[in-house]
Amino acid sequence: MFGAGGGTSSYREVEETDVVFLWGANARENHPIFFHHVLKAIHRGARMFAMDPRRTASAQWAEAWLGLNVGTDIALSNAMARVIIHAGLANRAFIDHATSGYADYAAAVERYTLAYAEQETGVPADVIERAALAFARADRAVICWTLGITEHHNAVDNVLSLINLALLTGHVGRWGSGLNPLRGQNNVQGGGDMGAIPNRLAGFQDWTRDDAVRHKFEQAWGVPLKPEYGRNLTEMFHGMEHGDVRAVYVIGENPAQSEADQNRTERLLTGLDHLVVQDVLMTRTAELASVVLPASSSWCESEGTVTNSERRVQRVRKALEPPGDARDDGWIIGEIARRMGVDWGNPSAEDVWNEVRSLAPMLAGMSYARLEQEGGLHWPCYDESHPGEEFLHARLWAEPRVGPPAPFSVVEHDPPVERPDADYPFQLTTGRRLDAYNTGVQTGGFTSPLTRGETCDMSPEDGARLGVGDGDLVHVTSRRGAVVAPVRLDRNLRAGLVFMTLHYQDQVRTNVLTIDATDPKSGTAEFKACAVRIEPVRAAAGAVA
Amino acid sequence: MDLHLLDAVPTADERAAVDAVLGPPEDGWRGGPRGERDHHTATGGIGVRASRHLLLPVLHAVQSRIGWISEGALMYLCQRLTVPPADAYGVATFYALLSTVPRPKRIVHVCDDIGCRCRGAETVCAELERTVGPAWHAPDGEAHAIPSDGAWIRTPCLGLCDQAPAALLTEAGAVPVEQLFGNATAATIARVIGGDLAAAVEPRPKLAQAGDPSLRLLRRVDVADPASFDDYRAHGGYQALRRAVELGPDGVIREVTDSKLAGRGGAAFPTGRKWDAVARQPVRPHYLICNADESEPGTFKDRVVMEGDPYGVVEAMTIAAYATGCEKGFIYLRGEYPLAHERLQHAIDQAKARGFLGENIMDRGFRFAIEIRKGAGAYICGEETAIFNSIEGFRGEPRNKPPFPVQSGVFGKPTLINNVETLVNVLEILRIGGPAYAAIGTEGSTGPRLFCLSGHVARPGVYEVTFGATLRALLALAGGVPGGRPIQAVLLGGAAGGFVRGDELDIPLTFEGTRAAGTTLGSGVIMVFDDTVDLKDILRRVAAFFRDESCGQCVPCRVGTVRQEEALHRLQANRPLGSTADEVALLAEIGLAMKDASICGLGQTAYAAVESAIKRLKLFEPGTAR
Repeated sequence: MFGAGGGTSSYREVEETDVVFLWGANARENHPIFFHHVLKAIHRGARMFAMDPRRTASAQWAEAWLGLNVGTDIALSNAMARVIIHAGLANRAFIDHATSGYADYAAAVERYTLAYAEQETGVPADVIERAALAFARADRAVICWTLGITEHHNAVDNVLSLINLALLTGHVGRWGSGLNPLRGQNNVQGGGDMGAIPNRLAGFQDWTRDDAVRHKFEQAWGVPLKPEYGRNLTEMFHGMEHGDVRAVYVIGENPAQSEADQNRTERLLTGLDHLVVQDVLMTRTAELASVVLPASSSWCESEGTVTNSERRVQRVRKALEPPGDARDDGWIIGEIARRMGVDWGNPSAEDVWNEVRSLAPMLAGMSYARLEQEGGLHWPCYDESHPGEEFLHARLWAEPRVGPPAPFSVVEHDPPVERPDADYPFQLTTGRRLDAYNTGVQTGGFTSPLTRGETCDMSPEDGARLGVGDGDLVHVTSRRGAVVAPVRLDRNLRAGLVFMTLHYQDQVRTNVLTIDATDPKSGTAEFKACAVRIEPVRAAAGAVA
Repeated sequence: MDLHLLDAVPTADERAAVDAVLGPPEDGWRGGPRGERDHHTATGGIGVRASRHLLLPVLHAVQSRIGWISEGALMYLCQRLTVPPADAYGVATFYALLSTVPRPKRIVHVCDDIGCRCRGAETVCAELERTVGPAWHAPDGEAHAIPSDGAWIRTPCLGLCDQAPAALLTEAGAVPVEQLFGNATAATIARVIGGDLAAAVEPRPKLAQAGDPSLRLLRRVDVADPASFDDYRAHGGYQALRRAVELGPDGVIREVTDSKLAGRGGAAFPTGRKWDAVARQPVRPHYLICNADESEPGTFKDRVVMEGDPYGVVEAMTIAAYATGCEKGFIYLRGEYPLAHERLQHAIDQAKARGFLGENIMDRGFRFAIEIRKGAGAYICGEETAIFNSIEGFRGEPRNKPPFPVQSGVFGKPTLINNVETLVNVLEILRIGGPAYAAIGTEGSTGPRLFCLSGHVARPGVYEVTFGATLRALLALAGGVPGGRPIQAVLLGGAAGGFVRGDELDIPLTFEGTRAAGTTLGSGVIMVFDDTVDLKDILRRVAAFFRDESCGQCVPCRVGTVRQEEALHRLQANRPLGSTADEVALLAEIGLAMKDASICGLGQTAYAAVESAIKRLKLFEPGTAR
């Protein structure tokens, strides 16, 4: 946001903040380490508000749970903004000093009355008001979000609506106030930092718009760079569909099971001319591959760095030799380059890191020696004497302000593409559980007392209406496919809302149900919302195609 | 808070018991019917979690209404309080008076501890086994048939050693009955179990020294009507508080410091220093706790004070609160003292009605409220930091120190915690002044002291003497040993104290005198054993007590108390592993480990009585009697 691809706040700030908005994030289960920091804040007396259709384990710790209808986040945030503005709590000093577009924004949220918001979101008006006022009145407040915000067809708008709230109240660019997307893996942030995204090079540098950047990289690498972005995942699959992507090299991903509309995904992957999969385990995607390259495990069999959600770059050290023919990812890539006729030598992890530092100013100051000595450093860290920045965007408060103003964005409520109707009366939302990880590649092979396999979670009210109880099998059918799963009654769901995960793909292929309605700006599919119909297996036997 | 609730549902009575404490459920998430609003919102957070301290009162409510705490009741109260069921179960099972397995509504708890043992408790139990049946234990298996009649169980010291053998009746119901009664026989107990509750009523014996003009602490006991506020005032009540507000908080602390009053709970810490430390803490609020969890076997002085002079306790607490800046006080009262509970609650209510508690006390602009928190049968909860955990709704496990209570006590706030006897001394200090009080007694032990005489004495009971009296003088006050039998041993200070021999009666009962003699005053227990007593049996009972009461938190105590009891069992049965000397050496080793490495005083003193029996009484040396 505002040109930087990372959360703004350090964990310590989260611990010492006053109000936490946990929006579309069940951190208790899915970001348990981060949630420890939230818990420290809560035990210190901070108030947490949880926005989630489900009353999750995280929401149980909240001052108030705002159980909004799936995909009504913008209706909720815009209504909160209106409450704040009408209460005279908009931070005019900050707005005037550091933002642009406030008037349009204020005008746009005017129609999001509490009554309208209650009708759209389902959340009682008094609770919306309470949360909004708590946020605006707080000395310090942070907003944390994750896939509940981003796995929608309007993911970017959802994020912008949260940024708006922070700009409106001045809760950004200060110690203890900020905006934090939670990263689902130890090094999601680091992947972006390194340029493993289609539209930035290392250090979030845009070579298509900044000639100096392009020249710098071209000079360092000795090759010309095409001034255009690569494809994001969605675009890659579109390419496969239309025949202009014929070969795919997959490193450490399991798209065959993690992508929405799984039947389509498998069809496209198996239709390729050449599929290379580099992974630590034999994933479903690897099973479809032409060539499988066994890789070392990055957390214990490789040297390097990772960057966590608070932008702290940390060293990873090799503890074990990889088994058998498995090799370090860097080594494999280097060997492929060699076969293609380019010799990159045999650089160590530190050599690679130093090249990154020489090209990415925001990482320049982070030598291995410093990372070791200081227990990791926050980026940006411009030179060896720079301490790293614990929080981002202090520039917005600088006198005079440094850099461009932060823009408000007018965003409008736009409900999920597929909504329940007479044929598909249930809203299915998908997510994750504490004891399992994504498609289960890394967790499926281990036992856990919490593991109960895939279930179709539904409210006791729906269970009663369908005449099913815990363990009874049901057909879950969407417009794209059908699965059979056992029922689990869960009081934390309301009537009409059902929940499933993608963890147990061998048992239940949940992603044959989900919809490939993708945000054109972020490339993320709407995993959080599709419509399904549910029938008990005994009653509906044979009724499902 | 992560609540993993089971499907068990409460009965209407169980719900009613919980709701009587907490009021009706706030919403569907906390035990009420699930409404439309519950589908879209829930409140929680600090405000809800702050009700955790009501856990023990709620458990008590269910126990006293139903007779035990079922899974359904537990699920419901967990939902109401937002406490994880496993956590609440851990608390419920911590306390002996709470049962998580089915139990009859009517239970007679029969004391078989050392004091009552001297007076035939084992005979009573044996007769009960013959006439009524064995002590109650929950039947195994799924189906629990609870007899409609009552049952009996054994219990450690009930604090009624002056009327041994003692028993406690608890009958669950909409109007629960609790009655602590003495001079219990198998016949009376059997009648009570059968439903004749009147048989459980036993009048308290009159204080032997009642009306003695030289009394300072017990002056009103059995003289003034303990239920009458006016009678309390007619006997000097609330003069001390008036004096206190004249002196101001600093002045009160100065008087208490000048008096050299030392804590009477057992540790003998200078009271003035404690008060000063709390008063100086900048963190607010400050809390006051009156430690009335008198559970040391053989100790019953605080009960006599609370039953006989409840207003005195309330006034003394008010003074302490005024001096140290506390606005809220708790009386942590052991659960086996129903009469004291009733009288204290009455005194609190009366004091409040008269403006001596509440807002703007004596028009001096300070406020103070007192709440009684009832213990539930755990000796360890007399330990000051265990009380904090118990009040906060956790298992009564002691905390590590530091931080000390004066810095971080109950709810993490500065806390003044004093024993009942310590507090009532303050009334006397303010009556006569600190320096005058310091002139009473000896140099190192100022003021009057209460002693609990029990066992083989003619007139067991509480006696007040000026510090400096010898053990012999105390025994004379209590009428000596019945039948003039020789004294085999005297236990000083309770189970955590130590034995002295019958030829050591000239030990002065002062802090310094007992220290010099290598023993302790502890909580003021003087339990006399004549030559008919099997001391090895007494010792084994002491060891069983510690094993039972160890909270289990730290290893040396949890394991050590078990091993100690086992060794004493073997010695008593004359079947030592190796030689008797080997067992004695093993006991010493276990005792040292417990003393050195236990977190709290329980483990640290669990070997004390055994050690004194070995070293002083030479109990396990050949040729030593019995």
